[in-house]
Amino acid sequence: MSATTGPVAINTFREAVRDRVLYNLVFFALVMIGAAVLVGQISIGIERLVIVNLGLSAISLFGLVMAIFIGVGLVSKEIEKRTLHSLLAKPIRRWEFLVGKYAGLLLTLTINTGFMTLGLAAALLYVGRPLVRPDVSIVIAIYFILLALALVTALALFFSCFSSPMLSTLFTLAIYITGIFANDIRAFGDLASSPLVKAFARVVYYLVPNFHNFNVIAAAAHGEGIPFSLVAQNTLYAACYVTLLLLASSAIFSTRDLK
Amino acid sequence: MSTPAIEIIGLTKDYAVGFWRKRMRRSLDSLTLQVEEGEIFGFLGPNGAGKTTTLKLLMGLIFPTAGTARIRGCSIDDVRMHQDIGYLPEQPYFYDYLTARELLDYYARFSNYGALERRERVGRFLDLVGLASAGDVQLRKYSKGMLQRAGIAQAILHDPKVIFLDEPMSGLDPVGRREVRDIIVDLKKQGRTVFFSTHILSDAEMLCDRVAVLSGGKLQGVGAPADIVSIEVHAMEILFEERGKHPLPNELKEKATTIGGRYRVEVAEAELYPALAQLESCNARILSISPVRPTLEDYFLRLVGREETIAPQVEVNSR
Repeated sequence: MSATTGPVAINTFREAVRDRVLYNLVFFALVMIGAAVLVGQISIGIERLVIVNLGLSAISLFGLVMAIFIGVGLVSKEIEKRTLHSLLAKPIRRWEFLVGKYAGLLLTLTINTGFMTLGLAAALLYVGRPLVRPDVSIVIAIYFILLALALVTALALFFSCFSSPMLSTLFTLAIYITGIFANDIRAFGDLASSPLVKAFARVVYYLVPNFHNFNVIAAAAHGEGIPFSLVAQNTLYAACYVTLLLLASSAIFSTRDLK
Repeated sequence: MSTPAIEIIGLTKDYAVGFWRKRMRRSLDSLTLQVEEGEIFGFLGPNGAGKTTTLKLLMGLIFPTAGTARIRGCSIDDVRMHQDIGYLPEQPYFYDYLTARELLDYYARFSNYGALERRERVGRFLDLVGLASAGDVQLRKYSKGMLQRAGIAQAILHDPKVIFLDEPMSGLDPVGRREVRDIIVDLKKQGRTVFFSTHILSDAEMLCDRVAVLSGGKLQGVGAPADIVSIEVHAMEILFEERGKHPLPNELKEKATTIGGRYRVEVAEAELYPALAQLESCNARILSISPVRPTLEDYFLRLVGREETIAPQVEVNSR
């Protein structure tokens, strides 16, 4: 990380901590404790399935809420509060500021996810399930959740460069939901008879990020293995998409007047 | 010939106004200005004159419609220019979850100081602006005046060569204003250039080597404060007192105002000698004769008056 993006990233992380964003971990802990106690009493033999399913879904949901709601304010809040005025008078380029803000939120999400992973592991141990080799798929599922969050954060940052926080939230959420159903949209297009609908479905499929491929929660819960090729593919896909979004954000933000 | 500290060439800024039918409104109109190294330069003008627009353009916060500017020979588009400048925005806002010490440490990181030097600098500048005892208090608990002091500290923390201060005295009590004035004078003594906008004309008259007056987005005049106010002599003021039993002529008595048994009268420059002759004839004692010149405040108010009689802001052709 460069000498200018590093301080911005650390400050963004510090802001999240001081705004008590990580308090969500308390809720997560309560969910996991409640689930572990309840599952231990009512289910026989499927404790792992239920705990992993619930834990990974909660990690994904908590992270998603954080990525969207903090992400859309990353730039707009600094403009609205005019904290950017004194910062941009320092030797920092606008794109460096954006990358710093992005990295700061990603750091927050990673640490948050790390703590939640520990909570999930503790819940699994509580229900008497020692960690075994197939549990690697849980780690991979969490890695995929982080990749998806990196993408959502980049989307939120992109929209926040030119629209209000409310609109940015709507746009980001809409693209995320569309992205979850990306494969279904493509299948729908293939079945459609109208060439226009076919073409439209194709455009949407290729334009929106495919979040479907990042969701391996069910496989992880059942202890199924996840191929390395998917890990490599998702990593590359997220890296390319995030880079494109950051480039587009920088291009927009670098020419914007800060009133 | 040395490179000017600030060189502004034809700087113009239009803003789009309106929702459906966009019209362009000119906020700054072909501003050309030069500030030399080591000067304290005052930038004066009523609200909406274009002062903050100019400063934002120089800081790269907004982009010019036309024209350009250089700071110490470096274009304002070049990020390296920012190593040499400090900026205090108008009504500064900072990250209120940070303490003043953390805020200054954060900004100092952009100047590549090591941890030890950052700590030493931050302490020194907190002390300089009178925030040493409040350095570990979160900025959300600061008063407006304290925020202004923190803002000044962050603007000069890295020893910039050119310092831009947008209304630096705003929100400060008389003691704070005096301290800021002292800081500005000290900066000049260190050979730095200070460019500040202000509404407080006495500060400009007291501090500035030169001032520029902006109104309606246009430059109205540049010069030493004394040059600007001595453009014309309004009248001659005579201060005198009666002596002996000779009554004052009625003509003079009607014009005069009494101040503690003394009389003060203002006459046109051409009528000075006849008035003196009249006073001599009645044996009055003349205490002083001085020209009445407009103050910077008069000059400023006249500009505002003229601006109000014209259009409040200039609109330019739609694009």
